Amino acid sequence: MITKIMVANVQDIDEQGSRTFSVGDKEIAIFRLSDGSIRAIENHCPHKGGRLSEGMVCGSAVHCPLHDWKIDLNSGKVQEPDHGSVIVYETEVEAASGAIYITL
Amino acid sequence: MNMREKKKLVMVGNGMAGVRTIEHVLKLAPDTYEITIFGAEPYPNYNRIMLSSVLAGGADMQEIVINDWDWYTENHIHLHTGDAVTVIDTTNRYVMSESGVRAPYDALILATGSNPFMLPLPGANKEGVIGFRDIHDCNLMMEASKKYSKAAVIGGGLLGLEAARGLLHLGMDVSVIHINSYLMERQLDEPAAKLLQKELEAQGMKFLMQKQTSGIVGGRRAEGLQFADGTELSADLIVMAVGIKPNIELAKSSGIEVGRGIIVNDYLETSIPEIYAVGECAEHRGIAYGLVAPLYEQGNVLAKRLAGLDAPGYEGSVTSTKLKVSGVDVFSAGYFNESPQTRSLRIQDDIEGTYKKIVLQDDRLVGAVLFGDISDGAELFSKIKSGECVAGKEKELLLGYPAGQPAGGNSQSARLEAMANDEIICGCNGVTKGTIVDAVRNGCSSVGEIKSCTKASGSCGGCKPLVAGLLELYGDGPSGEPVKEGICGCTTLSRDEIVESIKTMGLKSVKEVIHVLDWNQPEGCSKCRPSLNYYLGMIWPTEYRDEKESRFANERYHANIQKDGTFSVVPRIYGGVTSPADLKRIAEVAEKYEVPMVKFTGGQRIDLLGVKKDDLPKVWEELDMPSGHAYGKTLRTVKTCVGSTFCRFGTQDSISMGIRLEKAFERLNTPGKVKLAVSGCPRNCAEATIKDLGVVAIDGGWEIYVGGNGGVKVRAADLLCTVKSEDEVMEWTAAYLQYYREQASWNERTAQWLERVGLDTIKAALSDAEERQALAERIKETLSHTTDPWKEIIENKELRKNFESLQGVQV
Repeated sequence: MITKIMVANVQDIDEQGSRTFSVGDKEIAIFRLSDGSIRAIENHCPHKGGRLSEGMVCGSAVHCPLHDWKIDLNSGKVQEPDHGSVIVYETEVEAASGAIYITL
Repeated sequence: MNMREKKKLVMVGNGMAGVRTIEHVLKLAPDTYEITIFGAEPYPNYNRIMLSSVLAGGADMQEIVINDWDWYTENHIHLHTGDAVTVIDTTNRYVMSESGVRAPYDALILATGSNPFMLPLPGANKEGVIGFRDIHDCNLMMEASKKYSKAAVIGGGLLGLEAARGLLHLGMDVSVIHINSYLMERQLDEPAAKLLQKELEAQGMKFLMQKQTSGIVGGRRAEGLQFADGTELSADLIVMAVGIKPNIELAKSSGIEVGRGIIVNDYLETSIPEIYAVGECAEHRGIAYGLVAPLYEQGNVLAKRLAGLDAPGYEGSVTSTKLKVSGVDVFSAGYFNESPQTRSLRIQDDIEGTYKKIVLQDDRLVGAVLFGDISDGAELFSKIKSGECVAGKEKELLLGYPAGQPAGGNSQSARLEAMANDEIICGCNGVTKGTIVDAVRNGCSSVGEIKSCTKASGSCGGCKPLVAGLLELYGDGPSGEPVKEGICGCTTLSRDEIVESIKTMGLKSVKEVIHVLDWNQPEGCSKCRPSLNYYLGMIWPTEYRDEKESRFANERYHANIQKDGTFSVVPRIYGGVTSPADLKRIAEVAEKYEVPMVKFTGGQRIDLLGVKKDDLPKVWEELDMPSGHAYGKTLRTVKTCVGSTFCRFGTQDSISMGIRLEKAFERLNTPGKVKLAVSGCPRNCAEATIKDLGVVAIDGGWEIYVGGNGGVKVRAADLLCTVKSEDEVMEWTAAYLQYYREQASWNERTAQWLERVGLDTIKAALSDAEERQALAERIKETLSHTTDPWKEIIENKELRKNFESLQGVQV
C-alpha cells in the first residue's frame, strides 16, 4: 500500500537541519540539505538505534549523534568500515508552495 | 582474436557459484569464450546470503548485487534474465529458453542452484505458504508483514533462523517449529544450540521444539498449522525452511545422469561431454553442498578446466558455517559431534555467553563449535583442513593462548602474524591471508578498500575483524614520505595553520574556511565542522554567528542526548547552592513531565533524565533557571565545599568564591569542557586538584591549580600560582582560561593541553601582569556576547520549532 503524506513546508526545516515525523511507531527524519533539497530516511541508526535527525548533516550524509556512524542520505547506506543501511523514503517538493511530500 | 573464432560458453543459471566461475574464466582466459547467461530471476547476480539482511532492513537490493548490469555489458556477456532454459539439445548442442531464445554452445555450464524443499503437507499450496530462497520470497515476506502479524517458520536450521530473525525485524510475532530437540543440529552440538536458542528467545523469537507439522489449515490463505501431537498454532504467514533440494529437472529431462544432484566428477564434468555442473545443483562424491565456500572452490576448479589449464581436480570440501543474526555469532566446522573415536575439549562461560568446543581424533583437529566469540574460527578451520598434528597444542587451541600463560595481550594480532599466507581469512570468498596482505601492501588502507579489491568480508562479513586486524598489522602507513595529518580526513592542514589562515585571510564562516582552504569534502565532517565553528567564534567574538548546524546534538539542543533518544536537563545551580523554592520548582516540573529519573550529578547539581525532545522548551520555561551547560564544551560546574561560612576548618569563603567564578564564566565556549572547584581549606573536600582549574584556600590566600582531570585519565593538577585576594583569583582564572581558549586544539582538555605545551610555557605566558589583563579583557569581550541558550530558544519560535515533531496530512 502506497501512502503519500504532506509532512511540512521547506521553511519548517533549517538548512542542514532536520525535523521528525511519525507514522504509527515508525519515526522518519526529514532533512534539508544546504542546496535546499529534501531527504527522508528512517530515523534509526542501524548501529545502536540513534536518532539520525539529531545528527550533523555534512553534504548529503548525516553523522549519527551517538557513535558518529556516517549515513548517506541518498542511498541510506552506512559508510565503510561500518556496515548497514536505513530505509530511504521518496520525497517530493512542490515548487510553488514549498510543500514537502513523502511516499511511504 | 576475432569473435567468430571464440568458442561459445553458455551458462544456465545466474547465481553466485556460476557467475563466480565466469569471473574466473574471464580472468584466466579472457578471449577464449563468447559467453551467454540465462537466469530465471529478473536480477543480475546477487548475494543470496544477504537476503536475510534485506529482510531485516539492513541492506537493500542495490547493496546485495555482486555483479551489476554494467559488469555484464563490460564483459560482453549476453544476458537473458527472467528467462529460464527449458530444453537442452545435447546432440546438436544448443539450449532453448522459455521465451524461445536459442543458444548454441561449445561448452555448457549448469548452475541451476537449488529450490527450497516444500513439505508435501495437506494445505501446503495455500496462499501465505512460502519458501525462503530468493528476492521474490523476501518481497512476499515484507508485504505479509505489513498486513499480518503472526508468522511461523518450519525448520530451525540456518536458513529458518535467518528467515525468522528477518521476520522479527519486520515486526512480526515469530514462532519457529523444529522437529529436533535442539536447533541447527547439522551445525551445532546441543550446548551451543541451547545457548543460541536462549539468545534468540531473548530477542523475542518463540520456539516449538520436537514438533512435527502435519498440515496447514485455513481457507484460501493459510491460517495456522496442525501438529502430529494434535496441537495447533495460528499463523498468517508460513515459511518452510526445512532444506533445499538441488534443481535437477532440466538436467534430468536432458538425459544427464542425476542422483540427489547433477552428478559430476572431480572436474565438474557431467555424464555428457562438454556439459558441466557447478554449485548447489551439483553432486560431487555423493555430496551436494549448500554453502557458498565449497561452491566457490568448485567454480575455481571448473574455470581452470575451461581455461585449458592443467590443474588438480576438486576433491570435496570440509565446510564451516557462520551464522550471523543480529547479536549472535555462531561458528561450526567439520565433525563436531563426539564419537567413540574422538576426544573433545570444551569451555563454557555463562557470564560472557560464550562456548567453545574442539573435537580431536588421532591428534588431529576434526571439528569445532564456537558460540559468542568466533574470532578463532578461521584458525581452527584451517587446522581442520590441513589435518596437521596438534598433539600438545590442544589447550592452546581451546583457550587461544599457550596454557599456563596469562590471557590478554594482543593475542589476535599475534595469531594473525603467525598465520600462514595460504590460510583462508574470508571463508565465503576463499580469500587467503596472503592475498589480503598483498592488497594492504599495494595500498589498500581500509577494510572497504580491501573488500573492493579482494572481496574479503564481502559476503557474510563475519571475517571483518580479522581483515581489520591484518590491515592494522601490515598497513603500518605508506613507506617513504610521511603523509601530513590534518585535523581530520577533509584536510591536511593542522590546527595552527587553520587558525592562522582564519586570522590572516579574515575568513568568517565555516563554509568560507572549507572553500578557501580547499577541503576535500564540500561540507566537511563531524570532526572539522565543530572545530572550525569553535575557532571562528574564538577569533571573531563580536562578529561571528555561531552555527548550530556545526554543533553536536547536545550543543544544538542544549541538553544531553541519551541512548534512547531522550535528553537530560541540568539547570544551573551556582556553586552547588540551591534553595527550597528552586527545589520545589524542580520537583514540580519533574512530576509534571513525568521525568523518569532525577539524579544528583557529580558536580553538585540535579539532573532530570529522560526528558522528551518535544518537552525540552516547556521544561526549561517552567524551571525558569539558566542552563547548566552540562552538555557542551564550555564551563560546566564549579564545585565547592562549605568553607568558612559553616565549616570549622574553613579558612576562606569557598562558596562565594565558587559562585563568583561560575557567574563570571558560565556560557563560555572552550576547546573542551571545563570544570572548576573551590575548596575552603587544604583538606580540599571539593577535590579541586583534579579539575581543569581548582582553587584551594590557604590561610591568607588562595592556591590556583591547573590541568587536573578526574575522568578518562586521572591527572593531578599543577600549582600555577598562589594569590592573596578573590580579585586576583578572578584575574588569573580569566587569563588562564582565555590562554587555553586561544592555544588549545578543539576537543583538547586542559590536562592534555598542559602536558603538550608544558606548565612552564603557560606560567611564562601569564607571568606578565599586562599580558594577563589583556587576556582577561578578551575573555570579558567574548562573555559579553553570550546569552542563556534556554531562554533564547523559549522566546524564539524559529529555534523552538526544531524541538517539535511534524504533523503530516495524508493526501
